Amino acid sequence: MQRYVARRVAALAATLLFVSALVFVVVRVLPGDPAALIMGTEGSREATERLRESMGLNRPLAVQYVDWLRGALHGDLGRSIQYDLPVGQLIVTRLPVTLPLALLAALFMTLTAIPLGIYAATHHRRAGDYLTMIVSQFGISVPQFWSGLLLILFFSVSLGWVRSGGFDGWSAGLGPALRSLVLPAVALGVFQAAVLVRATRSAVLDVLREDYVRTARAKGVSERRVVGKHTLRNALIPVVTVAGLQLGQLMAGAIVLESVFALPGLGRLALGAITARDLPVVQGVTLFVATCIVVINFAVDLAYGFLDPRIRYE
Amino acid sequence: MTRRRPLRHVTFTLGAAITLVLLVTAGLSLVYTPADPLAMSIAARLQGPTGAHPFGTDHFGRDLLSRIMTGAVTSLAVGVIAVGIGAGVGVSLGLASGWVGGWIDETLMRLVDAVQGFPAILSALLFTAVFSPGMFVSMVAIGIAFVPAFARLTRGSVLELREREFVVAARALGGGEARLVLRHVFPNALPPLMVQATTSFPVAILAEAALAYLGLGTQPPHPSWGLMLREAQNFLSFNPWFAVFPGGAIAVTVLGLNLLGDGLRDLLDPRTV
Repeated sequence: MQRYVARRVAALAATLLFVSALVFVVVRVLPGDPAALIMGTEGSREATERLRESMGLNRPLAVQYVDWLRGALHGDLGRSIQYDLPVGQLIVTRLPVTLPLALLAALFMTLTAIPLGIYAATHHRRAGDYLTMIVSQFGISVPQFWSGLLLILFFSVSLGWVRSGGFDGWSAGLGPALRSLVLPAVALGVFQAAVLVRATRSAVLDVLREDYVRTARAKGVSERRVVGKHTLRNALIPVVTVAGLQLGQLMAGAIVLESVFALPGLGRLALGAITARDLPVVQGVTLFVATCIVVINFAVDLAYGFLDPRIRYE
Repeated sequence: MTRRRPLRHVTFTLGAAITLVLLVTAGLSLVYTPADPLAMSIAARLQGPTGAHPFGTDHFGRDLLSRIMTGAVTSLAVGVIAVGIGAGVGVSLGLASGWVGGWIDETLMRLVDAVQGFPAILSALLFTAVFSPGMFVSMVAIGIAFVPAFARLTRGSVLELREREFVVAARALGGGEARLVLRHVFPNALPPLMVQATTSFPVAILAEAALAYLGLGTQPPHPSWGLMLREAQNFLSFNPWFAVFPGGAIAVTVLGLNLLGDGLRDLLDPRTV
């Protein structure tokens, strides 16, 4: 097991190095002159040169990359041009919106998808199974932001139960904060839940066809025990993997939903930075989110190795 | 072996029918739309469905049905090119990785792992910061997001196929490496890749709509379903239809393509015979 973990950690380190290189190449190399891009057509030659100097863009690219990477490893992602604040600090102030949103969506996804998937599998080719599959097919066909708009239309515009957007912060109390996040979390979670329902159903069906399940049934074990004890433990291994991988997608999806519901999270920070040509912020946010996704994928990989011994001996 | 009849497969038939309607709509919009999709009319702003405008009008009085028809072309174009980019790059990486093996395989797979950290939204954010937002950014960003799936699938197939008798025999007969890969391995790796391309297509359409909605993709006044929803958001209480029809167009299209992909997977999967 130790060898398996060591190999995965080495792979993670190499992957993160590639992530940082990709972000660096797109932001610092592809534009040709990032300082000119930031200053736009209005900037004077002297001002552009000063910015180039202050950003260290006159040095060789390899030196710039190593310096930037060293800073990033110590939490220094540069300084925002728009806010004149450290990018790391800006990210930390926006996380209390994006992270709870992604986690609430994950909670919604897990609590709805896994029971529904198990129900569909145990009622295979019956009305409940078909209904669940039809609903999940619609779930994966509806864009998250459209779900968000429809939820606003129904719960906010028509019923007036909740506000259509905005977030007053956690200091305003747990209740109001959660009320602001519930609709976006549902809109964000519906798509992922639909994917997870199908994965759960498929995994449970696969295990239900195994010989040991047939043997348990032949021995007269109750169906409840067959499903609860013999099937779920094995079926949930791939389900945990799918659910884990979807956590990363939820982080990315949160960027869109923040726009729909006007939530001041990481996505809105990055979109605002694009308008303001604040390259260090865009660079910092994309590096942070991509790192989170890669680390989540790594954790899922590791968890899979722990749950299924066949994986680590491959 | 039981013959599989595509037209008797309900999922496949339904998906193919919806996709056909989409293709006909997109093709028709190139030569005919009920109204000019860009023509504004202040007097006809934010109308609900009427005889003159079956899907209503937007905040500039433009006919929504015509704009939705034209938007189908945008979705299809972005979908085809994005899947093409993802498949082209991913398959090349997968072939090189699986066939050459060793440290090249290890390095390419770590690169693929890294690219997996960049969903389309994130790549688009990064590219838009450097280049102007537009359809090109959408296509590239979405295409990049598809690379890992195609690369892994191709690599898996190559690893399996390279040990098969017909490949070993072709090598024994003196076939060159490039010939072995392109003539013997690649064609046999195609069926799962075709399914992957079909299932990626609706994802590309959803991603294009999301990017246009965020202002990172297709730019106004060019019609795009996501862009229409972005514009509709400010007028939800005045004219809900403005948001309902473009969103419905996306949902029905993606539903059709998903059904087509599911059906195709069933038809090509020997286990379902």
